Amino acid sequence: MRMLRCLATLFLLMMTVLPLKAATAIADADLTALVNALGAGDFDATEQAIAALAASGDDRVAGILDKLGNGELVTRKADKAVFIGEKADKDFKLTDPVTGADAGIVPKATVDKLKVNNKLRRAIATAVGTLTLRNADPKVRLAAAEAVMKSQDAAAIPALDAAIGAETDAAVKTAMISARAAAVLASDLPDSEKAKAVDTIADLGTRDALGMIAPYAGQAGPIGDAVKAATTAINAKLALWDAGQNIWYGLSLGSVLLLAAIGLAITFGVMGIINMAHGEMVMLGAYATFGVQELIRNNAPELFDYSLLIALPVAFVTAGGVGILIERSIIRWLYGRPLETLLATWGVSLILQQAVRTIFGANNREVGNPSWMSGAFTIGEMQVTWSRLWIIAFAAVVFLSLIGVLKKTALGLQMRAVTANRPMASAMGIRTPFIDALTFGLGSGIAGLAGVALSQIDNVSPNLGRGYIIDSFMVVVFGGVGNLWGTLVGAMTLGVANKFLEPYAGAVLGKILLLVFIILFIQKRPRGLFALKGRAVEA
Amino acid sequence: MLTYWLTNGFDRKAQIVTAVLVALAIVVPLGSLLPPDDSVLHISTYQVTLFGKYLTYALLALAVDLVWGYCGILSLGHGAFFALGGYACGMYLMRQIGTRGVYADPVLPDFMVFLNWKDLPWFWYGFDMAWFAFLMVILVPGLLAFVFGWFAFRSRVTGVYLSIITQAMTYALLLAFFRNDMGFGGNNGLTDFKDILGYSIQSPGTRAGLFAASALFLAFFFVVASALTRSKLGKVLVAVRDAESRTRFIGYRVEHYKLFVWTLSAVMAGVAGALYVPQVGIINPSEFDPAASIEAVIWVAVGGRGTLVGALIGAVVVNFGKTWFTGMLPELWLFALGGLFVIVTLFLPTGIVGLFARLKSLRKPPVAPVAVANQSGGAS
Repeated sequence: MRMLRCLATLFLLMMTVLPLKAATAIADADLTALVNALGAGDFDATEQAIAALAASGDDRVAGILDKLGNGELVTRKADKAVFIGEKADKDFKLTDPVTGADAGIVPKATVDKLKVNNKLRRAIATAVGTLTLRNADPKVRLAAAEAVMKSQDAAAIPALDAAIGAETDAAVKTAMISARAAAVLASDLPDSEKAKAVDTIADLGTRDALGMIAPYAGQAGPIGDAVKAATTAINAKLALWDAGQNIWYGLSLGSVLLLAAIGLAITFGVMGIINMAHGEMVMLGAYATFGVQELIRNNAPELFDYSLLIALPVAFVTAGGVGILIERSIIRWLYGRPLETLLATWGVSLILQQAVRTIFGANNREVGNPSWMSGAFTIGEMQVTWSRLWIIAFAAVVFLSLIGVLKKTALGLQMRAVTANRPMASAMGIRTPFIDALTFGLGSGIAGLAGVALSQIDNVSPNLGRGYIIDSFMVVVFGGVGNLWGTLVGAMTLGVANKFLEPYAGAVLGKILLLVFIILFIQKRPRGLFALKGRAVEA
Repeated sequence: MLTYWLTNGFDRKAQIVTAVLVALAIVVPLGSLLPPDDSVLHISTYQVTLFGKYLTYALLALAVDLVWGYCGILSLGHGAFFALGGYACGMYLMRQIGTRGVYADPVLPDFMVFLNWKDLPWFWYGFDMAWFAFLMVILVPGLLAFVFGWFAFRSRVTGVYLSIITQAMTYALLLAFFRNDMGFGGNNGLTDFKDILGYSIQSPGTRAGLFAASALFLAFFFVVASALTRSKLGKVLVAVRDAESRTRFIGYRVEHYKLFVWTLSAVMAGVAGALYVPQVGIINPSEFDPAASIEAVIWVAVGGRGTLVGALIGAVVVNFGKTWFTGMLPELWLFALGGLFVIVTLFLPTGIVGLFARLKSLRKPPVAPVAVANQSGGAS
């Protein structure tokens, strides 16, 4: 009994002294006394001794407690001192748990094994958890705080209190305060404490926080009220995160639409050609990616992470080349007859589809993700996948380079000149047929680039292009023909609107609503959101 | 007045087409029903159904030609009107199944029982009566076309933009009809029909009757279209096609003319769909596929745009080719169809009919050149 009182005093002492010291090491003698307390009495006494050890915050404690849990500790019957006991034949080889010094080999009969029950095992686990709260590495401390947060163990509160006082890292401190609040809620502390804890949790504003306070929602008195207020506050925060997530998905869908539509914005918007085979250019780009990956897989697997980078120029040249071929052989005979162009290019799209189906087969082709495109990370409550992030970045790069080409290069200047006034451009010495072919090739090539990106998120099959052609036309028409910035705004608006409609209307109905919206929108503004003004429009 | 109007349209071309169609409507059913199965003259039920299907396609092509050939509206969504007419007819046929369905529910079609629905949705009321269903075959596509056209033509959406939004329309309907909640059988559509107007839908007699009905409806609408295009209204339509602004400046309400012919054309497409469904025995959302609508346009282009007869010829020839190819060389069909799109637009802008006209003019050099110049000028 005296021993116990002594321990309790010691414990209290540690609690008050340690936060001030904030050191992780205590004198060997003190630690030995604490360790010896493990073998001093019954299970209850051992539990208290474990808590005392844990509160010491010494680096060696975790190892000792671990051994206790595994049943490797023994007490010497003579003086009740605790050692690490290793079986050596019929004897025990003793080691001092604090200093690690050899304590000789003694017969089995002179030692008692320290027994643990389940309750003690739990106490050990908690103690080891709280111990790491005092670790020198902030990452370990953060992980420990999060562990307490999940387990909501009331026993960890004193250790947390101590740790919070000593903590210098702001992020870790926040985590600890939240963890403490979670533990307080689960404990049998007075209601006022708990209500305070609810407020602390409410400040977190995460989905986990909502889960932590949910069980107390029905309670009367200050806790129930606090929970109600906190739930409202958290839900408001979560709604913001949800909106953020929706915008993110929307931007991601928007950039896919932008990639698919931007080539069309060139051929349809700038040249006035209805290219129904545009989707097939995207499909060719995706198959070019597949081809490049196959080559790499068979010949140089170590280059696989660069396969997409290699595929980009290949896809651009393939799709662009096919585009120039189509322009030279078919479309140039049909300038000024947009409806006939539409039908002829539809025929081309059928031929390309069937050609790819004949060569590669009708099944989906496997296009792999390079390692830097797989995986995800979270920002607050938002999930961000790397592939989506890269596609958004890629769409931005393609868009800006295209603007650059049109605004800053000689080719771009000639393209715009031909668009604005063909006879005049021709009179100025621009070879308009040559520019036509290059413009169409550029638009098709960009569709090929889109195919590289889409191969990462969509099935690579001969029907890949079909799914995008109508959406692409909607984007271009909505944004305003002949205006790349309009295409950007159109793609992003439709992407975000689609994702915001989805939770309410479902994916399919949301899309139908958007189509109907665009049909009505065109009635109101037949030339799109950002209409070109001037004489070119009348032509 | 109406008699005059119709007789005026009943020119030599219309006389020949009507005569051929009426003859078909008599000869084919007789050939199917009278001679014994092993006779040379016998026409199998399969063939009757197949030709009947071609005739409904021809009616769809006629509808497309009316708006595209004579009014310059390239619709990439006529398949939607065709399918809506088909669905209206399919709903009637579903209600006729009664207790013979798999779940033997006296009122609810099988797919509704399967979806665990308790009551018939309101829009299925009345479809157990043939007259109501036929009214809907005309009203639903007509109304959709009227509303769509009223908005589109009033705000002067023309050319390519109109084509694209018609395509968006049929695409939106495609997505909508794929949904089970819509109450039209979702992905599977409506099928497993038992009888029509009290006759078993499988029997050779009914098939022959449906064939005859298709031929007669086609003949009727051909005469209507022919009369329409020869009337003053038809001349205005051609004027709209060739110079819309000028026609408007002369004082015509262009949008009224367009709306009229657009709605009429949609009704024709709806009737074609209604005749199509009992013959093929199924209607599903794939009929709304934009690709199907564009295919209908190429029938017209192959036959010869703006000639009416050309639409009929084109629909039958292309679909005959499709049947032959998909039977013999399924791999090559899309190449052939794609090539057809390219070749016809590049080398045969006047289609088969135009080709014949040119051949004829080569044989009769002294008189023909003037006539050809007029004709090709009008049809381009």
